[in-house]
Amino acid sequence: MKAQLEQIRANALEKLQALNAEQELEELRVRVLGKKGELTGILKQLGSLSKEERPVVGQLANEVRAAVEAAIEEKRAALKAAAQELRLQKETIDVTMPGQLQEIGKIHPLTRVLEEVKEIFFGMGFSTVEGPEVEYDYYNFEALNIPKNHPARDTQDTFYINDNILLRSQTSPVQVRTMEQQKPPIRIIAPGRVYRSDEVDATHSPLFHQIEGLLVDKGVTMGDLKGTLEVFAKRLYGDEVQVRFRPHHFNFTEPSAEMDIMCFGCGGKGCRMCKGEGWIEILGCGMVHPNVLRNCGIDPEEYSGFAFGIGLERIAMRKYNINDMRLFFENDLKFLQSL
Amino acid sequence: MNLSMKWLREFVDLDCSPKEYADQMTMSGSKVEGYTVEGEEITGVVVGRVLSLERHPDSDHLWVCQVDVGSEVLQIVTGAQNLKEGDLVPAALHGSTLPGGVKIKRGKLRGIESNGMLCSLSELSLTKNDFPHAIEDGIFVIDEEVRPGQDIREALGLNDVSVEFEITPNRPDCLSMIGLARETAATFQKPLKLHAPKVKGTGGSVKDYLTVCVQASDCKRYMNRVVKNIRIAPSPLWLRERLRACGLRPINNIVDITNYVMLEYGQPMHAFDYKYVKDGKINVRMAKAGETITTLDGVERALQADMLVIADSEVPMAVAGVMGGEFSGIMDDTETVVFESACFDGPSVRTTARDLGMRTDSSSRFEKGLDPAACPAALERACELVELLGAGDVVDGVIDEGYEEAPLRRIPLDVEGINRFLGIELSRQAMVEILTRLDFQVENGEVIVPSFRGDVEQKADVAEEIARFYGYDNIPATVFKGYAAAAKTPEQAFEAKIAGTALSMGYYEIVTYSFISPKYYDKIRLAPDSVLRRSVTIRNPLGEDTSVMRTTALPSMLETLARNYNNRNLSAKLFELATVYLPTTDDQLPKEKKVLVLGAYGAGVDFFTVKGAVEALLREFHVADVNVEAVKNRPEFHPGRCAALSSGETPLGIMGEIHPQVLENYGLGMKAYVALLPLEALYGSAKAKIEFKPAPKFPAVTRDLAIVCDQATPVLTLEKAIRRAAGKLLESVTLFDVYEGEQVGENKKSVAYSMTLRGADRTLTDTEADQTVEKILKALSQIGAQLRQ
Repeated sequence: MKAQLEQIRANALEKLQALNAEQELEELRVRVLGKKGELTGILKQLGSLSKEERPVVGQLANEVRAAVEAAIEEKRAALKAAAQELRLQKETIDVTMPGQLQEIGKIHPLTRVLEEVKEIFFGMGFSTVEGPEVEYDYYNFEALNIPKNHPARDTQDTFYINDNILLRSQTSPVQVRTMEQQKPPIRIIAPGRVYRSDEVDATHSPLFHQIEGLLVDKGVTMGDLKGTLEVFAKRLYGDEVQVRFRPHHFNFTEPSAEMDIMCFGCGGKGCRMCKGEGWIEILGCGMVHPNVLRNCGIDPEEYSGFAFGIGLERIAMRKYNINDMRLFFENDLKFLQSL
Repeated sequence: MNLSMKWLREFVDLDCSPKEYADQMTMSGSKVEGYTVEGEEITGVVVGRVLSLERHPDSDHLWVCQVDVGSEVLQIVTGAQNLKEGDLVPAALHGSTLPGGVKIKRGKLRGIESNGMLCSLSELSLTKNDFPHAIEDGIFVIDEEVRPGQDIREALGLNDVSVEFEITPNRPDCLSMIGLARETAATFQKPLKLHAPKVKGTGGSVKDYLTVCVQASDCKRYMNRVVKNIRIAPSPLWLRERLRACGLRPINNIVDITNYVMLEYGQPMHAFDYKYVKDGKINVRMAKAGETITTLDGVERALQADMLVIADSEVPMAVAGVMGGEFSGIMDDTETVVFESACFDGPSVRTTARDLGMRTDSSSRFEKGLDPAACPAALERACELVELLGAGDVVDGVIDEGYEEAPLRRIPLDVEGINRFLGIELSRQAMVEILTRLDFQVENGEVIVPSFRGDVEQKADVAEEIARFYGYDNIPATVFKGYAAAAKTPEQAFEAKIAGTALSMGYYEIVTYSFISPKYYDKIRLAPDSVLRRSVTIRNPLGEDTSVMRTTALPSMLETLARNYNNRNLSAKLFELATVYLPTTDDQLPKEKKVLVLGAYGAGVDFFTVKGAVEALLREFHVADVNVEAVKNRPEFHPGRCAALSSGETPLGIMGEIHPQVLENYGLGMKAYVALLPLEALYGSAKAKIEFKPAPKFPAVTRDLAIVCDQATPVLTLEKAIRRAAGKLLESVTLFDVYEGEQVGENKKSVAYSMTLRGADRTLTDTEADQTVEKILKALSQIGAQLRQ
């Protein structure tokens, strides 16, 4: 009987070797280990053995069962692994094929630059406010120290609705509206659309965007104006950018200045990009004119402040190397997608 | 303003390159736009004297000249017929260059050697205005004090540098040589040399010629002198050179003198021909109704009662400060001249010039507000020049009608305040030095402002003068201390989130003009009685296409979609946060409202593409109680594919397929879909407070229902009935199939819903679920919908 058991084991293990399918494996299991299987058959004969032989053969039978079971399981795992391997092989794809593109829209380049500018000033404590685009003459001009028939009005050809209402030619009226409603300390920027009667060409548009800035508090100096705008220029264009402040004139600031950055093209030597000047004008600024403070009920002896106005299109054109302002308003997808 | 650097050196000893000059002037506040070096292109051209001329042996029109060019005598062949022995001419030598890059080389003309070329006016880029004695179709025979061998640029004054300044409107004093010389002297810390004009006079009295009456307050000062025995002639070379460098055309000595004085002093001058001053009377008055004047340019102009004129005893002779009349001008037969040096009110001149549509050198100076105290010197200078040029005999006496000198403005010199304001530490001494260089005086702690600096009114203006010459670049850059917490308003945050959501759904942001043509309302088929047809209208638009402020952003979106379609972009999904302008009353500002506009066209894009985007947005912002209704009466849209959205009672906007006629109007060859959602309503309906909901504790029961109803019944009606009937137990209801066909019968459809029922506090029993379904079916049957059998 021992020999029979050994034979069963040997046979089973040998067959296992040759097996290749899960199904055959199951058949083998039933044939050897099943209720009517070879091993069960042997065990049924255990009763015919002597008392001494019975445990010995029984133990051997159990050993054979365990060995065969283990071998079957091992084989099963191997078969499964092989089958999986085969399936994975078959599932191989060309991973260089293009993906299913999930289209994400893009923010307009003007908005993108505006967000960047807002972020820079936000970091310096400037909140964003808005004002109307269709505006009273008073806020656009008179309160800003530009009375009726003042020649300064000629420098900005204004669209009028009637004698008292116009399309704002600058974002500066928001300064006045803010100072009327809020007492210092004030720290705001006011981005928005402005309108001037310029025919459309590569560098002009009757509608463009400005970002106004205003800081009013006790003891604000012209040095603070320079410092703040230098930080702005460095954040926007990189630490290596060089700026200069040059005297200018605006009715609503005194002293007034324009800020230039050194031309990227020539490093200040003068080239076509900067029309030979070596510098490129970026923004206008100045200390808030005492008349403007007074017009808003703020005492210029107690408070001072600075203001600035940035042309958004100009910055965006420089940043993205866009040479034609019309592209911003044509909104061709190829243009929008390229940025 | 163009400045002649040669002329400038009469006032300031300056020794620097044009580039250096331009840079430093720009940094002290006089912005230089650029400069031109005259005669830059002319090299190797000298004055030559024609010693002899002979006919060319082989030509009947060429001449062979022997020309003394200083160092030698050269043989030069010319085709001009205007030369004679002894003439002084420009001789371009071998290797010389002329304007336009022309190079002159030695050569042979019909076998005879020619060692250069004799030049005409135009070959040197000159005109008869510059050299009135010369002829245009021949060699330029020089009628000036020159010597053979002299460089032609020096001989003809072609060696000047013309600097173009951009003068801001607050500084009319800098629209003059003297004003810019003053700025130059202060910038380069050099003395300013001014000349006080002196007139000898020839007796007589101006009063014998002229009576002046100033009858209008818009005239601040009116001065005259009279010059008799006028001898009209060209001005001398030096004067012509200066006018040319400053961009003015020489005409004749009297006219040139008025222009020269305007350039030198910044004071516009006028010269009247005395013969046309009827009765020797000048009345400075407002124009009368119906009066007209034919101005120097030959145009007859109607005058208005708010226009200041210079009239004789009867009619206007000039529009004050703008332009003279046709007959007041200086002619060859002028015998006696009345010079006018006056000061007119800036705004008055500006309005008049604008209304008459003629802006002149004179009006553009007056409108900025000139200094009445500058009138006498300019008048004297003009008469001095008359005597210098021998252009006439100056009659004694000056008319200066009713002028009273105003005291000079005084501003306390607040050294500490200025330092604090600018963020610098400058001594009083240094400040006084700067101010003095600019002709301010400082006396008893007060700054006395010179009369020509009307722009300096208060402390901040004085601070600017200090800052300009201290140097803006020398002010230390500091950052303002003090605390400020920047914050976005909830509306701003909401807008940013809207944009972010649209982007994530594949929509590209666009930025469009806010003005449109009123015709666009027809183009989008806006209802004839729509309130949106009333828009804020621009009084002076660039053109019709940009003449009204849009009340709807639909045209802008359609125009952009159509442009993209025509640019061969196969599909597009776009959005704009557009402002629309809704008029109120005429004297009030319009309401400016923002609208989210979604627009799309292209393969695979349909009504539900855009609706899906809208629904996603509404879900993103937790908008509750959303209702959708079919809209048939909006002509912009397809009558069967247009929907109005609302949240409870609040309308949220409209969306739909654009009407085919509108598509055609825009040349859009594909179906397009647009949604218009005013932000205010969206913001108001967005759930402000969002809370976490724990996962449900009790299991859900799902039931599917197929319902048959009329084809025309909107599915939303079914859904609403289901929701109402199921009440709180209904967690969700999702439409998953719609079937139309034989099996459900004609004009019927089957709509399949999957419903999830769940109890908040218990496990639902089958019975409860069945009861709920019963209720739902009952409610559905009330609106004519049955369970599909």
